[in-house]
Amino acid sequence: MWRVALVETTMPAIRTKGLNLWYGDFQALFDVDIDVKAGKVTSLIGPSGCGKSTYLRAVNRINERLGYVRTTGTIEVMGQNVLADEVELTQLRREVGMVFQRPNPLPLPVRDNVLFAYRLHRGGKGPREEEDQVVEEALREVLLWDKVKDRLDQTATELSLEEQQKLCIARLLPVKPSVLLMDEPCSALDPEATKAVEELIWRLRGDYSILIVTHNMAQARRASDECIFMLMGKVVEHSRTGDMFVSPQQQETADYIEGRYG
Amino acid sequence: MTDIDFKSFKAQPLDYKNQRNQRLYRLLFGWMTVLLILPVLIILVLLTAKGAPALSWEFFTADPINGMTEGGIFPCLIGTIWIVAVALFASVPLGVACAVYLSEYAPDNTLTRLINLAIINLAGVPSIVHALFGVGAFVMFFDLGTSILAAGLTLAVMTMPVVIVSTRESLQAVPQAFREACWSLGATRSQTIRKVVIPNSVTGILTGVILEVSRTVGETAPIMFTGAALFLPFVPDNFFERLSSQTMAMSLHLFTVSTQVPNVPEELPFGVALVLIGMVLVLNSVSIAFRMYLRGQKKW
Repeated sequence: MWRVALVETTMPAIRTKGLNLWYGDFQALFDVDIDVKAGKVTSLIGPSGCGKSTYLRAVNRINERLGYVRTTGTIEVMGQNVLADEVELTQLRREVGMVFQRPNPLPLPVRDNVLFAYRLHRGGKGPREEEDQVVEEALREVLLWDKVKDRLDQTATELSLEEQQKLCIARLLPVKPSVLLMDEPCSALDPEATKAVEELIWRLRGDYSILIVTHNMAQARRASDECIFMLMGKVVEHSRTGDMFVSPQQQETADYIEGRYG
Repeated sequence: MTDIDFKSFKAQPLDYKNQRNQRLYRLLFGWMTVLLILPVLIILVLLTAKGAPALSWEFFTADPINGMTEGGIFPCLIGTIWIVAVALFASVPLGVACAVYLSEYAPDNTLTRLINLAIINLAGVPSIVHALFGVGAFVMFFDLGTSILAAGLTLAVMTMPVVIVSTRESLQAVPQAFREACWSLGATRSQTIRKVVIPNSVTGILTGVILEVSRTVGETAPIMFTGAALFLPFVPDNFFERLSSQTMAMSLHLFTVSTQVPNVPEELPFGVALVLIGMVLVLNSVSIAFRMYLRGQKKW
């Protein structure tokens, strides 16, 4: 119901130009220019500390709570510069959902987790039937409905990790984001659960533009359309996933994906 | 390949020195604990043995008579409840708000650290100093006179640091992941605090209140100069007049009957002390029961 039909345009889902970011005196990102295509899955790879998580956290500005973060350049999400003064963080975070490394459902019933953002932006509870519908659709979308439909009143932190992570994705959907940011969404999961979540990500592709940070090269290869390789806060290479893994253009990329460092 | 010499594992005979040491240390620490609990038990037993004969229905409901050598403690009981209530109403909202600011909003800078240091120091200020502060600030400067209000506020100032420190600690015990989850869903800071942080830290906040109550009930010095009277069985019924009048209080009454009045029967001060301890125990058990109930509700 809330699927946004993405018009075939050239407008990227996320476009950053000359993005520099400092944590205090430490510069974490250097002139990062990235266009993330709408409706595709893009993965960000690179060794630890290369700035890929920093980039992800800059897009929904969740970095800023640290207080000592300074940013220059522009970040556009669906054409809107999100660093502009008139952009409220709450609006931005409705547009850009985020999934964390460790599943972090709130210690509330499953149902209230799914409805959390929906109620926040609505300013209170909605009519029962409407809420039921929202919950069912969101959970169906992430292939969780059949598993938890009889346990909607159970505390979400008691679900399995795979179910928790899917729930964390499901609770983003009722507020109709256009972009989903995922920070190593499978690294806390076992191989079976990883597979299930990857399949889910692939399924959501097209309706949402998805940017995934991953340490898992095989995952980047399996589950993304495009791939961005970062090193020391700079973008080294950005190309179609198939191309990057078959014929990387830069020596650093080749070394990294062949496992010579990282 | 096979020339590595694998030594087989063979159990040695039991080392009796080890075993003896183990027993020794267990005994040592065990006895330390007993030593610590013993005084508490002795106090409770003595109080009960000597004070119980004084207890009767009349003891709780009657005024002290005959130069405080006979009669009950009714006005002291009520006075203490009033003072504690004023202290709670003043210090809990303020203390919790302060802790929320320090934990959720304040940036980590020199000023914040100074404030934290000040709070810790405030908790260490002797109660008699608080009493004098109360006289200067509430009784004289704000012109509240020696009254329940002034005494309650003085106690509130004194116990606020306990509330702030324990509340802040329980707020910080809420996993950061919950806050991030909330923020990333578009909740503002205040929504995050109201919907996630406070509900998940309420048990810890209650612990702070428990500590505060038990301290407040027994304090004598801070209320001596600010609102407690030696003997004042008659009190106004009107709420505001009541607040601005002096009152008798349990702790001061105990001091009075044990040291200031001649010819008091022995069981009377013990009875007062027993009731005072009983009040603290009852208040604490109610809060602890509430806390256990809430903890049972929480699942993470």
